[in-house]
Amino acid sequence: MLKIRLIPSLLLREGRCVKGTQFCNFRDTGNPVTAAKIYDAQGADELLFLDITASTQKRNILFDVVGRTADECFMPLCVGGGIRTVEDIRKLLLVGADKVSINTAALDRPEFINEAAQIFGNQCIVVSIDVKQKENGKYEVYSDCGTKARGLDPVKWAKEAVEQGAGEILLTSIDREGTRKGYDLELIRSITNEVEVPVIASGGVGTLQDLVDGIKKGGASAVSAASIFHFTDQSIIKARTYMREAGLDVRSMEIR
Amino acid sequence: MIGIIDYGMGNLRSVSKAFELIGAEVIVSGDTNELVKADKLVLPGVGAFGDGMNNLRKLGLIEFMHSQVMVNKKPLLGICLGMQLLAEKGYERGENKGLGFVAGEVKKFDMGERNLKVPHVGWNEVKFKEEGLFRGIKSGSCFYFVHSYHLICKEPKDAIGTTEYGYTFTSAVNKGNIFGTQFHPEKSQEAGLKLLENYLKR
Repeated sequence: MLKIRLIPSLLLREGRCVKGTQFCNFRDTGNPVTAAKIYDAQGADELLFLDITASTQKRNILFDVVGRTADECFMPLCVGGGIRTVEDIRKLLLVGADKVSINTAALDRPEFINEAAQIFGNQCIVVSIDVKQKENGKYEVYSDCGTKARGLDPVKWAKEAVEQGAGEILLTSIDREGTRKGYDLELIRSITNEVEVPVIASGGVGTLQDLVDGIKKGGASAVSAASIFHFTDQSIIKARTYMREAGLDVRSMEIR
Repeated sequence: MIGIIDYGMGNLRSVSKAFELIGAEVIVSGDTNELVKADKLVLPGVGAFGDGMNNLRKLGLIEFMHSQVMVNKKPLLGICLGMQLLAEKGYERGENKGLGFVAGEVKKFDMGERNLKVPHVGWNEVKFKEEGLFRGIKSGSCFYFVHSYHLICKEPKDAIGTTEYGYTFTSAVNKGNIFGTQFHPEKSQEAGLKLLENYLKR
């Protein structure tokens, strides 16, 4: 059977890894290719690159970083950030990405998901949904790196994205992102209950138990984390062992 | 030399870098004059069945592959969409004719009442006899998959690897000099690199 995926994510800005809290206050966390190689060696199931480079002149650095990573890490790479056209996707796939994550462009024009899925197959198209909880407790979708409220309910948007051809949903709680307070399980469950495609839980992992909860309580197919691997002594290896001991069907690294 | 067939369906750089890492000399091209120099061919690919066949046709690669693989018996490894295109027919967005190198058809996962998500994305176990393409790899090792369709072989003996997802499906094929993996060896870390090495040293 399909294994539960453990996916470290790397936030990129102008070719460097950064990490923030709730999409703000970013600090430098090193060279992305070096970080990727470590995750690869530790047996991460997939790598997620999310580029937040604001300057369009410097956006080409992303292609270089993805290319250099793919040349050395023979594992699945998903790349997102600033993707607006079919050409952007094609360029990323050509340098070695396997999947792309689309956020703002999909919200601006949902048919873009369909167009991309028609050309590259829906398994290639991940729709990233960033969510904040409002004061009344309701959830709302945000775009543009969490700066723009879209007045959309995440469940409704996730369903539409899947109808348009999204192969996976990357679901991030902005409120939890970088806080290490655990996933927003209620949010994750609301989406996993309603869509047929795999959901990658993101935002808030602080303990290895949070990863287990994302799967067991949230119903996610994959769990993503960043801070816990950047800023604590928890590694992919420890996380995998912990998840296996909790009864989750994670991948065995023994091939001989 | 390994000739990686470039027909505009993505994912070529990882395949070529993986072969380079294990010591192969590699050319990546869609030009038959270049590809003819290779002694082994690889057909990678990500995307839809019909687009894949159309692109191969436009580049004159269908006839080329037929003469190289079926007549001259050059080894060919199809990866993911590349394995699916080996079949006689595919049903992704309408019915399309395939290369017809392996008897069988490519159909979408039929989950029926099963609550399983399609596309089948991620790491899954492959069961096989530990020989040929899988020499030195333990049966049941995990490989990386990303697909919604799979090949159904007419001849059971052509199916050399199987995987469970709702039901058992064929995840690797071999017929003489023709090989195919539904999973991505170039994205399957250690197990995948070993498989590519087995193909290279065959």
